[in-house]
Amino acid sequence: MNSENMENTYGNGKYEAVIGLEVHAQMLTETKIFCGCSTTFGAEPNTQTCPVDIGLPGVLPVLNKKAVEFAIKTGLAMNCRINAYSRFARKNYFYPDLPKGYQISQYELPICEHGAIEIVVDGKVKSIGITRIHMEEDAGKNIHEGGGAYSFVDLNRAGVPLMEIVSEPDIRTPREAAEYMRKMRSILRYLGVCDGNMEQGSLRCDANISVRPVGQKEFGTKTELKNMNSFRFVEKALEYEIKRQVRVLEEGGKIIQETRLWDSAAGVTQSMRTKEEAHDYRYFPEPDLVPIVAEKEWIDNIKASLPELPDAKRERFVSQYGLPEYDADLLTSEKPIASWYEDAVKAGGQPKAVSNWMMGDLMRLLNEENRPIEECPMQPAQLAGMLRLIDNGTISGKIAKTVFEEMYRSGKDAETVVKEKGLVQISDEAAIEKAIDEVLARSQKEVERYKAGDEKLIGFFVGQVMKATKGRANPQLLNELLKKKLL
Amino acid sequence: MKLNELTISELRRLLDNREIRPRDILDDVYQRIDAVEDKVKSYITLTKEHAYKTAEAAEQLIVANKASLLTGIPLAVKDNMCTKGILTTCASKMLHNFIPPYESTVTKRMGEQHYLLVGKTNMDEFAMGSSTENSAYHTTKNPWNLGCVPGGSSGGSAAAVAADECIAALGSDTGGSIRQPASFCGVVGLKPTYGRVSRYGLVAFASSLDQIGPITKNVTDAAMVMNVIAGHDRLDSTSAPVDVPDYAAVLGKEIKGLRIGIPKEYFVEGMDNEVATAVRAAIQKLESLGATAVEVTLPHTAYAIATYYILATSEASSNLARYDGVKYGFRAEGKDLLEMYMKTRAQGFGAEVKRRIMLGTYALSSGYYEAYYKKGQQVRTLIKQDFENALKQVDVLVTPTSPSAAFSIGEKTTDPLQMYLSDIFTISINLAGVPGLSLPCGITSAGLPVGLQVIGKHFDEATIFRVAYAYEQSTDWHMRRPQL
Repeated sequence: MNSENMENTYGNGKYEAVIGLEVHAQMLTETKIFCGCSTTFGAEPNTQTCPVDIGLPGVLPVLNKKAVEFAIKTGLAMNCRINAYSRFARKNYFYPDLPKGYQISQYELPICEHGAIEIVVDGKVKSIGITRIHMEEDAGKNIHEGGGAYSFVDLNRAGVPLMEIVSEPDIRTPREAAEYMRKMRSILRYLGVCDGNMEQGSLRCDANISVRPVGQKEFGTKTELKNMNSFRFVEKALEYEIKRQVRVLEEGGKIIQETRLWDSAAGVTQSMRTKEEAHDYRYFPEPDLVPIVAEKEWIDNIKASLPELPDAKRERFVSQYGLPEYDADLLTSEKPIASWYEDAVKAGGQPKAVSNWMMGDLMRLLNEENRPIEECPMQPAQLAGMLRLIDNGTISGKIAKTVFEEMYRSGKDAETVVKEKGLVQISDEAAIEKAIDEVLARSQKEVERYKAGDEKLIGFFVGQVMKATKGRANPQLLNELLKKKLL
Repeated sequence: MKLNELTISELRRLLDNREIRPRDILDDVYQRIDAVEDKVKSYITLTKEHAYKTAEAAEQLIVANKASLLTGIPLAVKDNMCTKGILTTCASKMLHNFIPPYESTVTKRMGEQHYLLVGKTNMDEFAMGSSTENSAYHTTKNPWNLGCVPGGSSGGSAAAVAADECIAALGSDTGGSIRQPASFCGVVGLKPTYGRVSRYGLVAFASSLDQIGPITKNVTDAAMVMNVIAGHDRLDSTSAPVDVPDYAAVLGKEIKGLRIGIPKEYFVEGMDNEVATAVRAAIQKLESLGATAVEVTLPHTAYAIATYYILATSEASSNLARYDGVKYGFRAEGKDLLEMYMKTRAQGFGAEVKRRIMLGTYALSSGYYEAYYKKGQQVRTLIKQDFENALKQVDVLVTPTSPSAAFSIGEKTTDPLQMYLSDIFTISINLAGVPGLSLPCGITSAGLPVGLQVIGKHFDEATIFRVAYAYEQSTDWHMRRPQL
C-alpha cells in the first residue's frame, strides 16, 4: 500500500470510507416552480403564497420554464447527459409544511444524468461522478416558537424550485467531501443558478456514508447524515461519523441503517430515525404535469450561453498568466474574484504580483469586513497603478502595504495616497547618506561592535535609518550605501 | 309552459328577442326548486341572491346586444368545481366550510358570459360513487322514481336538469360520473376528450381521468355549453392546445355513410334485457338514417374495471392527502400532530372515500407498485390502443351507457363491487381518454330512462354531436319528462 492511500484510511489503516452527497440547491428563479409567486427570501410569513403553493383543492401546477433551463444549465456544466424526455413524480408523505401531502419531484426520469465534476485535493485532480440532477419543489417551514401548544407553518418557501444533485459514492474522505461542496457551490454561482448560501439554507447537503475494510469491494451499511449547514460542518460531521462507525465495527457491533443529525454544538451525530421508521414515499408519475421534452435546439442554445466555468478558467489562468495551480484555483473559485484579477492584469499589473496582492492583503481586508469583492472600494486598475509605483521605484514594497490599505479604505488612486501622505520613496543618494551619517554618528558603540564582527547589527542600522526616513528610504540603495559607509 | 322547462337554445332566442328577462327564468327555476327540491334533493347549496344579482348584469348585456351563448341562463354546477366566495364542499364533511378564494376555469369562462349560478349540486363524496348515496349531506333521488338513485357521482346535476330545477348543469366524469347519471335521469351528458376542458378548479379525484362536461336536456344544449367551456387553458398543463370547432355548426349534418362500431364485448350476458333492446333499436334507427353498423372488438374490456380501480384510487390516495386538518376544512383535535391527522381523516372522510384511499395507498406501496400501479398503466395503454384501433375502422362507437336503468336506493350500498360494475361501459372511455356522450334512447317498463352511449375519436366531439343530434331528432325520448 502506498502512502497516499494510507492517508485516506481509518482505524489504523484497516478501513476506508465511502461517501456520496445529495445536494439541494435553491434555484435563483424570480418565481416559484409551479406558480407565479415571488421567491424572495425573508418576507412576512405566508405573504408570498397563492392557492397553488398552499395546496388548495382543485388547483394545478404549471411548470416554470426558467427552472428547467437552470437545471439543464447545471447539468451541462457538470458534464451530464440531458434527457430528451423526463417527467415529474409525486413523493407522498404527511408533514404540516408540505401543503399537498406530496412533493412534486422527479423520480424515474430525471432531467440530467451521468455527469462528473473535478475537485483538487492536495494539488491532485479527482473526478467525482454525478448520478443525477433532478428538479423539485421546496417545502414550507414549521415554526415552533411563540405558539404555546401550537406550531405555525410558513409557506413562503413552499414551491421554491430546487435542484437535487446526487453524487456517485466516489468520495473517500471528509476533505474530498468539503472540496466537492466548494466546487459545487463555485459552479452553481458561476452559472447564476443558486447563490450557494449554506447558512441560509439555499445550498443544503445530506451525506450517505459507510465504512468498509480496505480492499473489500462491497459497501458497508450506510447511514444518512443531515443538518450540515457549512463546509466546515460537512467535514467535521463526516469525520465524526467515520470514527463512530469504525468504533462500532471494531467493538464487534453492526452499523444500523438510519438517518442521523449533525449536532454542531455537541460535535456529534445523533440518530433521527431508523430504516424501519423510514417513509414509503409511494412515488408515481405526476398526472397533473405533462412530460418535459427538451428539444436539442433548446439544449444547444443553453450550451452556447454557458459562461467559462471554474475548471476551464483555472487552466487558462495557469497557461495564460503563468500562475501556479494553487493561485489559479483560488482566484477562479468565484467569478467576480476572477474578473477582478483579470481586470487588474489588463490594466497593466504583473500577473503574479496581482495574484500575490489579491490572495494576501486584499482577501484579508475583504474577509475582515465580510465584504464581497464586488463591493471593494479599490478598483482593479488602481491596484495595477500601485504596482507601477513599486516598479518605477516611487514607493517601496514595504510602503506599498500602507498605501494599499489606504487605497482600500478610501478608494483613492495610489498616486493620490502617496502624495497626500508623503510616502514617496527617497532614492536621492545624498539624502540617504545624510540620514545614515546621523544614525552612525549617534551609534558609536554599535559601529564598533559591527566592525568587530557582529554583522547582524546591519539590521539595526537599516531599522534606524528607516525610522528616521519614516520608511521612505529606498531599501536597496540604503543597503548599498550603508555597507560602503561601514567598510 | 314554465321557462324552467325550456332548453338553453330556446331561452337564448326568447332572451335575445327581449320576450323575457333573465330574472323571469330565475323566478320559474326557484319556484320549481321550492316545489320539488324537498323530494329530489339535487342541491347542496342554493345561490339565489347571487343569481338574481348576476341576472341584472346579464339583462344589461342583453339590452346592449352584447349577449353570448350563456348570458342570463340559469345553470347548476357540481359541488366539486371551485366557485369564488361560494361554499364548495365536494359533498364531504372534510370541506364543510371551504369557500374557495378563486374560480375554476369552466365557471370563469361561463361567468364572463354572465351565466346565472342556480346552486351547487349534490354528488358522491369527492366524486367517488355511482349513486350519489356517498354524499356526506343527503341522498339525491331520481326524479323518475324517488325510490331510485339518480346515478353518480354527478347525480345532483343530472337530477336537477331532469327535474327542471335548472336549465343545464356541469358535471365531472372520472369513470362515468356524467354519463351514467345522465342515462339514469333521461338527459344528455358528455364526457369530453381528456384535455379538452380545463380541470383548473375542479377538486381532483383522479387527475389523469377527470374531465368536466355538460349535462343538458338535449344535444344542442350540450354543444352550446361545450362551445363556452372547451379549449386550452394555461392554468392546466394537461389541457390540450387543440382548436375547438363550433360544435353547434355540425348539428343537423346528415349521418349517411358514417360508420358506427358496435363493440361486441359490450353486449354481454347479464345485461338488462330492456336496456339491450333499447340500444339495439337505437342502432337500427341510426342505420335507417344512413349509417352503417359494424361489429368491432375492444379485446381488453374485461380488464377495465380492475385497471380503473387501481389507477384511480392510486391517484386519489395522493390527491386527497392535502386534507390533513392543517390548513383549511375540517379539523379534529388531537393530543399531538399524528393524532390530529388520524382523527381528522377518520372523521372527515366517508366510508367509500376511505376505502379508495386505502386501496390506492396499497397499490402504490413499495413492493406492490410493480404488480399493481405499473401493471395498471400498462393495461391502460392496451385499452387505449383498443379504442384507437377500433376507431380507425369506424367514425364512432355506440354502446349502452350502463348495463341497467336506475337501481333502487340502498340496493348496492353494501356491495361495492356491484356498485363498481354499474360503470362497466363508461370506465374504459376514461382510461382511453376519448370522448363519450350519453343520450336517452328508451324507457323501461318500470318507467325509467335508458341511455345510449356514443364514443368518438380523441378531440372529435363534433362527430359525436352529429350522430347524437341525428338520433335525437328522429326520436322523442329527449322530450319525455318525469312526473313529480
